[in-house]
Amino acid sequence: MSTATEDKHSAALDAAESGATQHVTFRLRIRRFNPEQAAEPVWVDYELSMDPKEKLLDALHKVKWEIDGTLTFRRSCAHGICGSDAMRINGKNRLACKTLIKDVLGKPKNGVYKPITVEPIKGLTVLKDLVVDMDPFFQAFRDVMPFLVAKGNEPTRERKQSIEDRARFDDTTKCILCAACTSSCPVFWNDGQYFGPAAIVNAHRFIFDSRDDAGEQRLEILNEKDGVWRCRTTFNCTDACPRGIQVTQAIQEVKRALITRRI
Amino acid sequence: MQIHKYDTVIVGAGGAGMRAAIEASPRSRTAVLTKLYPTRSHTGAAQGGMAAALANVEEDNWEWHTFDTIKGGDYLVDQDSAEILAKEAIDAVLDLEKMGLPFNRTAEGNIDQRRFGGHTRQHGEAPVRRACYAADRTGHMILQTLYQNCVKQGVEFFNEYYVLDLLLVDDPEVTLASGEPGKRVAGVVSYELATGEIHVFQAKSVIFASGGAGKFFKVTSNAHTLTGDGQAAAFRRGLPLEDMEFFQFHPTGIWRMGILLTEGARGEGGILRNKDGERFMEKYAPVMKDLASRDVVSRAIYTEIREGRGCGPEGDHVYLDLTHLPPEQLDAKLPDITEFARTYLGIEPYTDPIPIQPTAHYAMGGMPTNNDGEVLADNDHIVPGLYAAGEVACVSVHGANRLGTNSLLDINVFGKRCGINAAEYAATHEHVELPENPETLVVELLEGLRTGTGTEKVHEVRTALQESMDANAMVFRTEQTLKQAAEDIRELKMRYRNVSVQDKGKRFNTDLLEAVELGNLLDLAEVLVAGALAREESRGGHYREDFPTRDDVNFMRHTMAYREVDESGKDAIRLDYKPVVQTRYQPMERKY
Repeated sequence: MSTATEDKHSAALDAAESGATQHVTFRLRIRRFNPEQAAEPVWVDYELSMDPKEKLLDALHKVKWEIDGTLTFRRSCAHGICGSDAMRINGKNRLACKTLIKDVLGKPKNGVYKPITVEPIKGLTVLKDLVVDMDPFFQAFRDVMPFLVAKGNEPTRERKQSIEDRARFDDTTKCILCAACTSSCPVFWNDGQYFGPAAIVNAHRFIFDSRDDAGEQRLEILNEKDGVWRCRTTFNCTDACPRGIQVTQAIQEVKRALITRRI
Repeated sequence: MQIHKYDTVIVGAGGAGMRAAIEASPRSRTAVLTKLYPTRSHTGAAQGGMAAALANVEEDNWEWHTFDTIKGGDYLVDQDSAEILAKEAIDAVLDLEKMGLPFNRTAEGNIDQRRFGGHTRQHGEAPVRRACYAADRTGHMILQTLYQNCVKQGVEFFNEYYVLDLLLVDDPEVTLASGEPGKRVAGVVSYELATGEIHVFQAKSVIFASGGAGKFFKVTSNAHTLTGDGQAAAFRRGLPLEDMEFFQFHPTGIWRMGILLTEGARGEGGILRNKDGERFMEKYAPVMKDLASRDVVSRAIYTEIREGRGCGPEGDHVYLDLTHLPPEQLDAKLPDITEFARTYLGIEPYTDPIPIQPTAHYAMGGMPTNNDGEVLADNDHIVPGLYAAGEVACVSVHGANRLGTNSLLDINVFGKRCGINAAEYAATHEHVELPENPETLVVELLEGLRTGTGTEKVHEVRTALQESMDANAMVFRTEQTLKQAAEDIRELKMRYRNVSVQDKGKRFNTDLLEAVELGNLLDLAEVLVAGALAREESRGGHYREDFPTRDDVNFMRHTMAYREVDESGKDAIRLDYKPVVQTRYQPMERKY
């Protein structure tokens, strides 16, 4: 190929490659809480000057590394795969590493940006700053039998599965257990006993897997009072999912399977 | 301080740790200690696939896979180990499928397979489809599937327990080559992040599966938490580290950010291009082209950049071009990485090429083990009861350069072996008595950092380390750059003694954690550089511009680095060597 690829550059590629950084000054308003020091959480503002193309996680690191080392949050992979850094950013659940500053900065008024608010996800006990107790969340996951149950003798080679059967549950295999969906659900906020969207998503992943034989058992679990009928179809979970999983749809499919008893 | 007693303790809950746990927990009372929640581990970031000669879509066999692995590793691979890896690969994939892993399927309903770098048919004749995959989130699916099966089996996890020390006791009946007594494992010491409490775990057998150390580089695909904690703990206790100078730079990281874009993108037909639009890999690897091994491709990219054919205003990157592939294919086979390009670069990979550069990716070296996963105390002695698997370990199946898809394989094959062997060891041995005050070293380390009043900041020292390593110990190395790195690290270690943390509390003190992690990174970077300086040749991922050819006469051997402390308390690195196991393949010139 001889045509210079530079000729067919889009404006977006030019912008991505320019390397030029234009720093803007803004404030992060973080809900801080350390029970070793005070009984109540407080909002603290940090002024930062950064390239808005950086991640919100970079902004949190800048605070932690350059301003206040006591700021505490979880993070690991820093590109939206490990699910450690779900938090409420400007009132919406997001992963800090998958959110660019420019996406939550808004437009300046008289040259000043509104502060970006950052707080822990809701419905789980806050342990320190943005760190919440994840154990109830993982307990709900464990309660829906989130593993393949296949009866009969194991084949020597792989079990067969058609491309269509594999596609049936593809969407719910993407879940990274970040809790963004569950902790955005008003039903879960009011009643922590509710399994919550993430657990139902993971049940769905197996209920609709053609290799699995425990769909009925999982449906029974989800038929209980803390199960799938608590869902009020507010779609918060679908909006919150950083993996783009159609969470509400998955919950609806489980409900339908319960009514028709057909998987 | 609390003391817990288990038969088997596993350190780390990524792919290797959880694969081991699935074998160990039904056979012995097992605890898994993990710095993160299990599903947060970096196995989940692996994308493209897991190699196994299933021959589901075309002719293939494990012998070709063995050869490719050995050639890919530039003949520094222990050939008996590579044979085990390739042979057991088939069951490793089938095991995962039976555990529920949703692999992509062929029209016949079998596991689908695709091409990957360095995997060939007929010993290099042409690319072969060997990588079993689940879209471009194979690692994610492996991690989830293993966790799901740990839940099924009721594996006991200690989440956010950070292991800081390995407890070894002397075995006077054995004398090591150094003249020191042999070692046996007694347990580990961990720090509970939630409370700041110290927990000692006494165990008959211990498996290290704590992952890599890529965070000593700046541009890296590695997670923030990949700080070599296991390797550093073992090294501090006098155990050797093998082949640490061999570090893999993955060709396609997102420019400046280092986020991984799978080699599967090239397996699906993606092409690397320079600023003239030229498919430059044709020059460097006429047969395999864009699917040559990673070390070859990364060097080619930097050669293009150095010779003025790089892209962008600074000419400091090249393109991964997927624009000729149908959008449906990208959506079905590469959904995550195309999403990364949209999220982090704001570009549309259907129509724009993606700016990329090599990114620090994988440690070929680590804690030396034999084929049973037993950790070596020196060339001829193991540490009874101590095992290692995954990136923390060096079997060595990757030699001087790992092939893509062989690490997801490694964690499954050797994770399983370690789990079985550690449990069997525990069944036939008694606990070794803990040393007196087993927590001493950890308490001193933590309290020293917590109460320190120095003026240095952790992030400044860490950034300086990363910048020096990127500048001096990356794809191209010379004596001069490596000496510079060594000098920088020495100075940074001095500065490290003077770091202090702001968070003095007990609860979730991640400030303190980062300080500890930095200490590990500094120790391991020093080992990497020492090994690289001494290795006056070019082999696989280690390229010396001042010694640009492979030297089998002097360097067909594994580096074994030991930490030694002299009478005045000063520590130094002693380098020794270990022969490479060669079975049926004679070293040849490596061409792709």
